[in-house]
Amino acid sequence: MKAIKKVIVWAMLACMPVLANASEGGVQLDKAPLNLQDQASLQRGAKLFTSRCLACHSASAMRYNRLNDIGMSDDQITVELELPEDVKVGSTMQAAMDPNSAKMAYGVAPPDLSVIARSRSADWLYTYMRTFYADSSRPSGWNNIVFPSVGMPFVLADLQGEQEAEMHEGHVAKLKIKEAGSMSAEEYDHAIGDLTNYLVFMSEPAILIRHQIGWAVLAFLSVLLGLMYALKKEIWKDIH
Amino acid sequence: MMNLLKSLLAWVDERFPVVSTWKAHLSEYYAPKNFNFWYFFGGLALLVLVIQILSGIFLTMNYKPDALFAFASVEYIMRDVQWGWLLRYIHSTGASMFFVVIYLHMFRGLMYGSYRKPRELLWIIGMIIYLALMGEAFMGYLLPWGQMSFWGAQVIVNLFSSVPFIGPDLAIMIRGDFVVSDITLNRFFALHVVAIPLVLVLIIVAHLVALHEVGSNNPDGVEIKKHKDANGIPLDGVPFFPYMVVKDGVAAVAFLMVFSAVVFFAPDMGGYFLEYNNFVPANPMKTPEHIAPVWYFTPYYAILRAVPPMFGSQFPGVVAMGVATVIFFALPWLDRGPVKSIRYRGPIYKTFLAAFVVSFVGLGYLGLMPATETYTLISRILAVVYFAFFFLMPWYTKIDACKPEPDRVTSK
Repeated sequence: MKAIKKVIVWAMLACMPVLANASEGGVQLDKAPLNLQDQASLQRGAKLFTSRCLACHSASAMRYNRLNDIGMSDDQITVELELPEDVKVGSTMQAAMDPNSAKMAYGVAPPDLSVIARSRSADWLYTYMRTFYADSSRPSGWNNIVFPSVGMPFVLADLQGEQEAEMHEGHVAKLKIKEAGSMSAEEYDHAIGDLTNYLVFMSEPAILIRHQIGWAVLAFLSVLLGLMYALKKEIWKDIH
Repeated sequence: MMNLLKSLLAWVDERFPVVSTWKAHLSEYYAPKNFNFWYFFGGLALLVLVIQILSGIFLTMNYKPDALFAFASVEYIMRDVQWGWLLRYIHSTGASMFFVVIYLHMFRGLMYGSYRKPRELLWIIGMIIYLALMGEAFMGYLLPWGQMSFWGAQVIVNLFSSVPFIGPDLAIMIRGDFVVSDITLNRFFALHVVAIPLVLVLIIVAHLVALHEVGSNNPDGVEIKKHKDANGIPLDGVPFFPYMVVKDGVAAVAFLMVFSAVVFFAPDMGGYFLEYNNFVPANPMKTPEHIAPVWYFTPYYAILRAVPPMFGSQFPGVVAMGVATVIFFALPWLDRGPVKSIRYRGPIYKTFLAAFVVSFVGLGYLGLMPATETYTLISRILAVVYFAFFFLMPWYTKIDACKPEPDRVTSK
């Protein structure tokens, strides 16, 4: 047994330097202020999402009435999200714009956002939506720090305002507000925090219940473990 | 009531060998009493198999093997199917956990010389199970039809096209198309849910039959059948039922706790069990910047990339990867050591085994990383270490200074 432990420890130590070098470069992402218990934040995020993002993007795996899970009743969903008459609460979220015309306009079809927080990560989304800047060399007039040469125009410019890039040796060194929007910097960060929070929920609605169920399962299994161990002790007591 | 049951059993037993089978494989099948931690993983592999089959049946009821609907049907399972998210996470976690327990099970074999005479066939059957499991996992990974599913399959199937002469035709035969497509998805689905599971179950039964013929090895690497009492019962053995059943039961519950912790709290395991890029639908027109197979294939993937192309062909790398997987078959004949267990082996074997573990884990890590110059160099060194463990084995196991084996098992 001692020899085995030695082998394992040795192996782990030998791997350490390799693992330590693993962190990669790239743009520093800001930490998204997630709180999935905060229903008010999730609801604000849902409103921002349906009023802005759904203009061009779809979330075709997400049904409107799944917002029940974050405390919105069917009536609230219909009224507060201003669902068109032909859209039922049980419908999935479709884009207002036709994907083909969107492709004509922006050069690329806007991706479906159902699981975007799982492929991109919350921190990426939180940073992405706060780092658009005016760039006259781009067809849309906008560029982005974490998604260079992005096809999407900055549709939240009326909220954040227009940011300008200070360039340093061909890289963006700093972003500065040139023209103020309707929100202060702090308000805007909060709004994007809510939106990111919502996108994380939308990417996996079960995330709201799976931790709770997980604790119950682990509690049950730990009791079972105690019982199994006692049974094993009892049966093995005459073996030496 | 008791009499009724007894006569029912007697009725059945006259027509089907219930009692004798129970005795031969459970109540009078003797396992060494000195099994330690490392002996849990065979039973746990069987548990994972059952978990995968059960969760897989229910996933099949809701999944659509169609390139147009596959990705969406997985999200449908995650959202609209009652407990669908749980089924899917159990199945995806089970796939990775299968390899965790199988690798530990194989490592146990290396440590205690479980492949040595008279267990050569038991080991070989086990290796066939391992290869079948790799095929099962590879085909299953295509089914969610995400970017990594698609491009992973594309890269691996393309390896076959580097085989001289028949390569390109072989690759087309596997895919059923010139690229990975709806046709490929359909046939991989058929193989994943019907063909390979059937084969797996059959060879697992053969693995158990072979095991019960020769009996288990143990951490001391000595045969318990050498010392029997007057009734022919091994002195150091305990009946599998109830002793091993309750002992494995404790391990099974402990394992299920780890399993549940992953399922409920970290189902994507930081991108290792469910890759982030696989949440993007497959797009044949857009190659991802970085394609990495799932972690359990990466040691071999790193070996593949470590071998430079020769004569403008990737084939040497493919051969190296193939040899790295099947070399385990030869272990019973490569090992010339006078003892089986690492407890009585000399320092040379221990050093080589440690180096092998380092190379396997290291290659697994490097296979996940982009192939930079430094990483490729380290991969090459580790690949040499990996093969040295096997190819130098006849030499170093023979000259190693072993300790004498005990006559009977020790209890530690």
